[in-house]
Amino acid sequence: MNILVCVKRVPAPGARIVLTDDRQDIDTRHLGFTTSPHEECAVEAAVQLRERHGGTATVLTLGPPEAVEQLRYSVSVGADQVVLVPADTTELDPQATAAALVDAITELESGAPFDLILFGNESADSGGYQVGIRVARALGRPVISGLKGIEIDGDEMVGRRETDEGFEVYRLPLPAVAAAKEGITLPRYPTLPGRLKSRRAQITEVAVEFSSGGQEMVHLLKPTEEVTETVILGHGAEAAPQVVRLLEEVGLL
Amino acid sequence: MNFPTSAHVIVIGAGIAGNSVVGHLAELGWKNIVQIDKGPLPNPGGSTGHASNFCFPVDHSKEMTLLTLDSTRQYDEMGVMVVSGGIEVARTSERMEELRRRMTSATAWGVESHLISPDEVLELVPFINRDVIVGGFYSPGVTVVDSLRAGTIMRERAQARDALTVLPNTEILGMEVRNGAIHAVMTDKGRIETDYLVIACGVWSPRIARMAGATIPLTPAVHQMIDVGPIPVLQQTRSEIGYPIVRDMDTYMYERQTAGSMEVGSYAHRPIFHHPDEIPSLGESLLSPTELPFTDEDFDLQMEHALELMPEILSQAEIRYAINGLLSLTPDAMPLLGETVEVKNLWSAAAVWIKEGPGVGKMIAEWMTQGYPEIDPHSSDIARFYRFARAEHHILARCSEHFNKTYGIVHPREQWESNRRVRTVPAYPRQVELGAVFYEVGGWERPQWYEVNAPLVEHYGVKGRDHEWDARWWSPIINAEHLAMREKVGMVDLTAFAIFDITGPGVVDYIQKMAVNQCDVAVGRAVYTPLLTDTGGFRADLTILRLGEHHYRVISGGGDGARDRYWFRKHLPTDGSVTFVDNTSAVSTIGLWGPNARRVIESLTRDDVSNEGFPYGSVREVNLQGIDALMFRISYVGELGWEISVPMEQGLRLWDMLWEAGQDWGVVPVGIGVYGTTGRLEKGYRLMGAELESDYNPVEAGLARPKVKKADFIGKGPYLEARKEDPATILCTLTVEDHTSASGMERYMGGNEPILTADGERIVDSHGRPSYVTTAGNGPSVGKYLLLAYLPPAHAVVGRELAVMYMNELYPVKVAIAGSTPLFDPQNARMKC
Amino acid sequence: MSLILVFLDNDRGALSPSGPEALTPALELAETLGARLETVTVGEPGHAGLQQLGLAGHVVSHPILTDYAPEAYGEALAQLADHTGASVLMTLGDDRGAEVMAHVAAVLNEPLVANVTEITDASGGIEGAWEMIRVRWGGSLLERARLRSARKLLTIAPHTFEPPESALGNPTAASTFAPDLADHLARTRVVERVRLAEGLTLATAPVVVSGGRGVGSAENFAILEELADLIGGVVGCSRVATNNGWRPHSDQVGQTGTRIAPDLYIACGISGAVQHWVGCMASKQILAINTDPEAPLVTKADYAVIGDLHEVLAALISEIRSRK
Repeated sequence: MNILVCVKRVPAPGARIVLTDDRQDIDTRHLGFTTSPHEECAVEAAVQLRERHGGTATVLTLGPPEAVEQLRYSVSVGADQVVLVPADTTELDPQATAAALVDAITELESGAPFDLILFGNESADSGGYQVGIRVARALGRPVISGLKGIEIDGDEMVGRRETDEGFEVYRLPLPAVAAAKEGITLPRYPTLPGRLKSRRAQITEVAVEFSSGGQEMVHLLKPTEEVTETVILGHGAEAAPQVVRLLEEVGLL
Repeated sequence: MNFPTSAHVIVIGAGIAGNSVVGHLAELGWKNIVQIDKGPLPNPGGSTGHASNFCFPVDHSKEMTLLTLDSTRQYDEMGVMVVSGGIEVARTSERMEELRRRMTSATAWGVESHLISPDEVLELVPFINRDVIVGGFYSPGVTVVDSLRAGTIMRERAQARDALTVLPNTEILGMEVRNGAIHAVMTDKGRIETDYLVIACGVWSPRIARMAGATIPLTPAVHQMIDVGPIPVLQQTRSEIGYPIVRDMDTYMYERQTAGSMEVGSYAHRPIFHHPDEIPSLGESLLSPTELPFTDEDFDLQMEHALELMPEILSQAEIRYAINGLLSLTPDAMPLLGETVEVKNLWSAAAVWIKEGPGVGKMIAEWMTQGYPEIDPHSSDIARFYRFARAEHHILARCSEHFNKTYGIVHPREQWESNRRVRTVPAYPRQVELGAVFYEVGGWERPQWYEVNAPLVEHYGVKGRDHEWDARWWSPIINAEHLAMREKVGMVDLTAFAIFDITGPGVVDYIQKMAVNQCDVAVGRAVYTPLLTDTGGFRADLTILRLGEHHYRVISGGGDGARDRYWFRKHLPTDGSVTFVDNTSAVSTIGLWGPNARRVIESLTRDDVSNEGFPYGSVREVNLQGIDALMFRISYVGELGWEISVPMEQGLRLWDMLWEAGQDWGVVPVGIGVYGTTGRLEKGYRLMGAELESDYNPVEAGLARPKVKKADFIGKGPYLEARKEDPATILCTLTVEDHTSASGMERYMGGNEPILTADGERIVDSHGRPSYVTTAGNGPSVGKYLLLAYLPPAHAVVGRELAVMYMNELYPVKVAIAGSTPLFDPQNARMKC
Repeated sequence: MSLILVFLDNDRGALSPSGPEALTPALELAETLGARLETVTVGEPGHAGLQQLGLAGHVVSHPILTDYAPEAYGEALAQLADHTGASVLMTLGDDRGAEVMAHVAAVLNEPLVANVTEITDASGGIEGAWEMIRVRWGGSLLERARLRSARKLLTIAPHTFEPPESALGNPTAASTFAPDLADHLARTRVVERVRLAEGLTLATAPVVVSGGRGVGSAENFAILEELADLIGGVVGCSRVATNNGWRPHSDQVGQTGTRIAPDLYIACGISGAVQHWVGCMASKQILAINTDPEAPLVTKADYAVIGDLHEVLAALISEIRSRK
């Protein structure tokens, strides 16, 4: 069972996102970076599948050289191999991103396809909701998004997707592609030995050519914040009667 | 609540420092206190919020140990403390030696501690890898405190006294200074006028101080820590902390249980500094402004070290939390306390760690209330820094240098390497040629000894030191220079002296108010005098020269010059009747001492420099080959001679002149090793910051004169009280009777070691002050190794046999002098001839 | 006349209730650009949903399309777009809409702008370059994006537009479109549905009592459960609570958890990082309970109680009990 997970390095903002002066990016001077949360869960899912079925879990990212940090993190939580597809921009449109990934994956596979390629359902920052599907289509493989559960059953991947009533089940023949949602697994934290191992991990680099897509970012902007006049119902336990009144108004009591 | 428009005192910051200051000010009766923090309560997002909250009481510094012990007592009283115990483990024999030195400090300051074997370490902390440790230093009194809770309690107590208004979520935008004093602060919610202001803003302090034009010299720096868990053996303790905290000294790390997981912290990574203006706001931070993203590449080696020490429990657990936590570092690793030198009534309580927080709060409150705190703030006083040392360049250079020494083995005489040669004397090039080994004081490069004098070691048969530690930052040449000076004549460069010229119609009254001894003396006379605190302890120790009817010159040591400058300026009358000029940078001084000193001078001048014409204690202008030199007949080494001052640009000329004229009389260049230690010790002269501290008075130090002058002076009341009583302690000179250690090597103590009874019992006076070595050093002319120490009257008896502890071993000592009589030349005949 | 196609999803015959939100901006566009607006859904001919809206519609039908099958849906809609010569194809950016549209975009090899909130500049005409605002970071940040392709594919950010009132014009009979679909496209069709026990869910509960870092432990959520039970709601949590293992991910409200819009959202000890805020911002009323009056969620909430959540909830529960 050879699995590939494609992840994206994204900033980890607090409650307030600050833009750079040219509005082309968010100000990350004080921010750490992380793997986009859906993808973090996808990595965990891959590691768990590898633990259950053998094989390898490979993590790939397309991004700046600093994205090696996210690759090493993946190793520290169990990935076997990591691949960097160097890109000098973080603003590649989804079409171009998918095309670059297809080239990189094709080169990596060189005739031996991954049994499963996992993506996150959407990236935390740009949220295009499409890269995994475009890649799967280009590779001619079945793909399903939004998975909250994933299992391997013989030569099929069984995926679960949440609905209002419960869940839907999909069965895709391998090799397949899937986009995971957070909650598909609870990602583990790295151990000290894991972290140390990750420092020594070999980073494979796959260089690809980038095309440009039809969508481009002009600039970022902050949504107009609704100014809410917060009504303070009280302090501590004394506020209880006021809260009860609110519950009554809303019709809950 | 209405936004206040005025306050008696504003305290900015609601971390451990600000909360402690607020609590203690209220306790001392202050009202109308307003406390402001930009962040929310109880955790406004500063360093207190992510602190590890453990307190190791033992420090080589008495001041720091006293602050920590006082803080521990306060945490205990507030009920926010758990005693966990703590072990500093050693991986090397060098560290074991350092732990023995720590045992010595623990004994000196009265903190229970034990040196323990690896097996004993394992009994306390079974999951340590026995293979990597060689022993440990166990302090059962190590505690873990809830610093946020303590802060809340102190605020609440102040509020219960109706003394405090707290304004969280309020940002300081600016400050108003009027007539050199703080007047008001502007916040995002309004303006508040105030009489006093205390900046207790941790890493933001420099930024806030700058708004008033003041400097608080610190830099925010990263301390990395990770939380590793869950760990079953820790979970089983079912407590926040069930095992002693472990400091892995040789890897500069600690491991501290937090409930079911282990916090691993480090001071081993590269120094990582942030600028106070560049710290993100609460809203912009993922965790808090002082919990910055972890840079894991800086922690790799530390992880390996942690795994080495505790492989059993750390290899399986997960890293749950990892931060680059910000804390405050200062150029000399001590806090920044007291009134800022730039703005009156603007105080600093910055660079304060959890372990000393409440003690600092008490110190600042006492200082603001009584004029001086109970614990001498000598090493923490923000006024200690000269201007150059307040600059970012210096701060970053020194902090880079000492960050990794946080758990390091730092020799007490160790010199800084960074940002040196900031202040050099005119004769510096000559001194370099003579092989001077430079030590730094107040930025000045001062020769400690001269390698050119190496042949004198053999000539005088000076003994070296067996042990590398004792010989480190020391040379037998010092003793040889000493003997040469006593035999012939020596030149000591004293340009590092702080020189203040104080003039004006009100100057006599002013100087009289500042100094203990009678300063209304004839023009041309000099007075050696202590300055006291309002509470009657030593504040300074210096000489005052009356150069004119309305002109005094104050000469103080380079080490204390900045603090003394602050003290003099603080007390200047506001009516303009006294003018203060700091002429330190305008005057070069060379001391010439020894039996041949007069002959050297005579060869350079026709002026009368005889004992009758130029008696001891007088000041004259003397023309030395065309140069008008101010000569002051005094000696700190007990020999005939002068301190000779000239304008800075003639300093080199003076050096050369004395050097050439001295050749016929056997002149030697003499370093500060003689001036500051050996010469001084033989004469029993006291040094500010060593023997003279604010918790001792002139009676105890043997510096009380037969009469007290009529004029009022600062500290007079307490001084008169002290004179009425028998002293609780007496400063004595002791001799070491046998230097031989158990290993057979001769050992030489360096200062701060406890003086014990012959059978090893601690000696503590009736005020609770322990006896310890205030200065140690050779007495080459008396052939003994000398120690100064305060002893209670029962022990302050000549011939009394006691012991000194050094590196956890006892050595016999004997009281040679009780009081201030010199051991060498008790009649002072040599310098008064 | 140019054509704007709006895909309206249905689930086994039932039109998605929020799907028509996409019609509102589509109608506006049609008017500005003088284009025709038609709708499309997938399923059995004679589909009822489209007529209700009174727009010309297409029903895509094929033996494979017996249930949701994103690959086949995408292929079929792409064929319809080619067949009708539509210049714009858009739908609501919910789970399915986003997925189907991505397939369409992949098949047609066209760009797809996801989660558009506003088309700010279509002055270049229907085939010219457009500028629009789209959602980033789950809504805490926006992007002005330029779309250069002649054929425009968009998804509309959910909860951005009110759906049009029903009966927009004269009902027109839907025309059926039969795509040419390869058999293997059935491989990504729903094969099974599992219903979980009926009951309130995060998505449907009228009130959600949510806890974050301030709750402190898994055990401490008991008091939130108690309150939720009392007032007919469910318990939610922030990502911190999930990552600490205090609550299952299914309880997580947030950008990568569930996005909710209850009548009342009670946030206890949650500071309100971007990640969380975007999951709860659609709530009709928000009550924040926090020790910190300046916590971002407190300042954004309609109501707040300043204080320790354990204390406040205990008092609240006993107050409610005393009234019952």
